This record gives sequence, C-alpha cells and structure tokens, in this order.
Amino acid sequence: MTQNQKVFTLKTFIHLAALTPVIWLYLSAFSDGLGADPVQYVIHFTGKGALNLLLITLCVSPLAQKFKQGWLMQVRRLLGLYSFFYAVLHLANFILFDLQNNWSLFINEVIKRPYITIGMVALLLLTALSVTSFNALRRKMGRNWQKLHNWVYVILLLVCVHYIWSVKANISQPLIYFMLAFVLLALRYKKFSRILPSSR
Amino acid sequence: MLIKSRKSYALTDNDVTDESVYLGRRELLKKMGFIGTGSLLAGALPLGSANAGVLDFFTDDDKKSASKLAALEYQKAAAEFTATDKLTPEDKVTHHNNFYEFGAQKSQPAEYARNFKVDPWYLKVDGQVNNNLLLDNDDLFKQFDLEERIYRLRCVEAWSMVIPWVGFPLASLLKKADPKSSAKYVAFETLYDPKRMPGQSNRFLGGGIDYPYVEGLRMDEAMHPLTMLAVGLYGKALPGQNGAPVRLVVPWKYGFKSIKSIVSIKLTTTEPPTTWNKLAPQEYGFYANVNPKVDHPRWSQASERRITTGGLFASNRIATLPFNGYADEVASLYKDMDLTRYY
Repeated sequence: MTQNQKVFTLKTFIHLAALTPVIWLYLSAFSDGLGADPVQYVIHFTGKGALNLLLITLCVSPLAQKFKQGWLMQVRRLLGLYSFFYAVLHLANFILFDLQNNWSLFINEVIKRPYITIGMVALLLLTALSVTSFNALRRKMGRNWQKLHNWVYVILLLVCVHYIWSVKANISQPLIYFMLAFVLLALRYKKFSRILPSSR
Repeated sequence: MLIKSRKSYALTDNDVTDESVYLGRRELLKKMGFIGTGSLLAGALPLGSANAGVLDFFTDDDKKSASKLAALEYQKAAAEFTATDKLTPEDKVTHHNNFYEFGAQKSQPAEYARNFKVDPWYLKVDGQVNNNLLLDNDDLFKQFDLEERIYRLRCVEAWSMVIPWVGFPLASLLKKADPKSSAKYVAFETLYDPKRMPGQSNRFLGGGIDYPYVEGLRMDEAMHPLTMLAVGLYGKALPGQNGAPVRLVVPWKYGFKSIKSIVSIKLTTTEPPTTWNKLAPQEYGFYANVNPKVDHPRWSQASERRITTGGLFASNRIATLPFNGYADEVASLYKDMDLTRYY
C-alpha cells in the first residue's frame, strides 16, 4: 500500500466507525429502543463518544512519533472533527430532548450549574479549533495556529471536570478518564516545558 | 372530585395495554432485523458496558424471569390513592432502576437482580415499640389486605414514572407493633448481603456508596395514609430490581427515600442517618420532599421528564408539582417549616 492508500483506508474506517453508532443510536432512539429513558441514553452516549474521540485524537501524534509513522498525522484532523461532531450532538440532545427547546431554562442552566458552564466553555473552544482546522487557514494563521490549537489540552481537562462534576456518586469512570488524560499530557512533557514559560 | 374515581379505574385497565403495545413494537423491531444490527454493533462500539443494557433490552431473558413472579390478590384502592396520570409501561418500570446494590447504571439492576432470592426473608420491627415483630416472606403477603395504588414517583434526578403498586399502609404494620410515645422517627435498613447484592461487594458496580442503605421518616410521615409498603407492582410480586420482597413508597418525596428490600424497621427517638444525606448533605436532605422551588445544586427541580411510552420525540417535560401533586394531603405536615432549609 502506498502512503496515500493507507491514509484513504484509515479515513474510510474512521468515517464508518464514527458514523455507524450515530445512525444506530438515533434509529433506536426514535423507535423507543433505548430503554426507559432514551433522552439520558443519547446524552450520555454522545458525551462519552466525544470524549473518547478526543482522547483518540490526542493519541495520534505520540503514536506517529513513537512508531515513526508520519502519515498518521493526516487523520488527526478528521478524528478531532468527529469529536466536535459528537460534542455538538451532545449539546443538541440536551437542548432538544432534555430541555425540550426551553431556551430560557438552557441559559439559566448554563449560568447556574458549574458543570454545564465548563462544558459549554469546552465546546466553544472546540468550535474555535474546528473552524480553524483546515489547511488553508492553518497556513494563513502561521504560528498563531499552533498557539490556538494548544488549547486542546485545556479542553481535555475541562471535559474531564465536566464529566466528574456531572455524576451523582460513581466517580470511578470519570477517574479513569482523568488518568488517561494525564497519561496523554505526560507524554507531552517536553512540549509543555517549551510552551509554558518557566518561573525559574 | 369523587366523580373522577370511576374514570380512574377505567383508565387503569386501559393503560395496562401499554405493555402489549410495547411488546408489539419489540416484535416489529425483530421483523425489521433490527436486533441483529444492534448486536453486531455492540461489539464494535467503544462503550462496552453502556451497551449491555441495550442488548438486555432486546433479549427475552427478562421476560422469562418476570413471568415467574407470583400474581397477587388485591383490591383496588380508593380514588384518593389512584393517580389518573398515564401509567409508565411495566417494562420501563422494571428496566430503569436506581438500586445501586445491583449496579449503579439504570439498566444493571434488572440484569444483576435476575436471580435474587427473597425466600426466606425476615423483616424485623423493633426499637420504641411495645411489640417487637418479626415477619417472614409469607407474612408480608398474608398478614395485611393488599391493595393497588397508583402513585407518581418523582426521582431526584428530574425524571418521573406512574406506577401501580400493590401493598399496604405502613401505618397498619406500625400499629401492630404498637409504638411507644417516645417513638419520634422510623429508621429503615436494606438487606446487607454482598453475596446476593453484588454492588455491595464491588465498589465499581455499586457506585461506592456506604452499605447497608438506610433511610428514615418522621413518625407522622410514616403514619400518613399515603405512605405504603409495597410488595408488588403491576399485579405481581416485586421483581428484585424494584426492591423485592418489600419496599417503602412515599409518593410526595424524591424516590431515594423509598428504600428497597427492607430487613429492618426501627422506631427511634432521634432523627436517623440516611444514605444520600450522609454522602452529599448539601444535595440531599433528610426530608427530600418534592419541591419545584428548591433546585438540586446541579439541576433545576422545576420540571421533570415523565417516562411513559414513545421514543426520543415523545414530548414529556412537565412541570413538577409541590409535594409531587400530593400537597393537599401532606403540606400540613410541614406548615411551620422552612422548606428551603429542610429540603
């Protein structure tokens, strides 16, 4: 396989793997096939999906470096955009199906509930990264592009906090996500020592 | 108001057919080959445990165990105990449960309680009483006149159901025990048996809360005619996931007050500790009366999603009523209390 073929194959796989669950999810949801509370189900499914995809996105560059597979970097944007896609669905599910289009309640909740506030902040940041993710824009933005996209690490932490603050008692799953996030950040310690100005 | 009563009986019988509508839909899904697709996907999805519930939902195993539950003999209760809201279908009542002893996810109790044995069972009543009582499984079903009551159940998580319980007033049991005048509160305790309740031995499954689960009521709340001990729902003995063989139902309080699988009822002189209050006192109070004006710190309690039939597009967000719609009956119990402080 040439490198282009590899990229094409992997991208096809990513499209399928990301879209099939969404199609399955909504078909089941609309036919009342997701248990007693389909609203909670679709919200949790898309929320966890977005976080899973964000973690996978952040695995790309460590993997490409470790195994010297530079071509992998070409699928990173697609993965990031799918994470954004799931996050948008997550928010849409909350507004359309949980709050049932009650926008004043939505605004109220964003202001009053810290875990929703930081979830919204994370999604707005993710939106900024998504709309600037295209290569043409990347070239135009020059060094600022990288500066902006380093915010992805802040987004990751915000999303983990959003998750742990949202659960009632069982924090074991959010803690596992925190650990995964920590590992992905630790792999980048060299980068952080470069971009974070040291006080010493 | 009285005229309503006949209507409510008619509605009840009507609504039971929901179950067959529901089963019909299951058949339809099967015909569409949807179950095959669902199971195929489950392997490929990254969310292993979350999907287990979906698959269970499509299998018939639960149906088999459900059919083993004994049919009960009971009277229909008077109109004041019979809500006229549309019933939540039986499958949803028995497959969407907060019962961390059998797993902290909503779909898990139906799965992990499938083989839960409730016979033998002993419920003891003691503390500030003149007659200590010890009831076995048989006594629970035979010592009291069972009646069916249709109550709204409002979960603190802002969803709600309408459930036809079968049981008897808690007051009937307490009167048998003959409370002393020193009895001011009633403390309830769930079975503690990690072998039979896997969530009690596995912190990951059981949500890491302290077991046994304990709850409590003030004496006047416990003696209130609305407060009942349920031994069945939808005309049959309770399935494990709904709190077999005996559970409390206090319809004007958030669902977590209605403790399941009770082994001990103790009358006390002081306010007993309660599980969720110990875990997060700023979020869950001792009283936990349904109150649209007092928000949970993390979400609004002003409205709720009513779980009935229908998928994602079924419009079901409704206003939450003070005391879950039972204000006429119970508001007087709290007339001199600041309910924002005693939430």
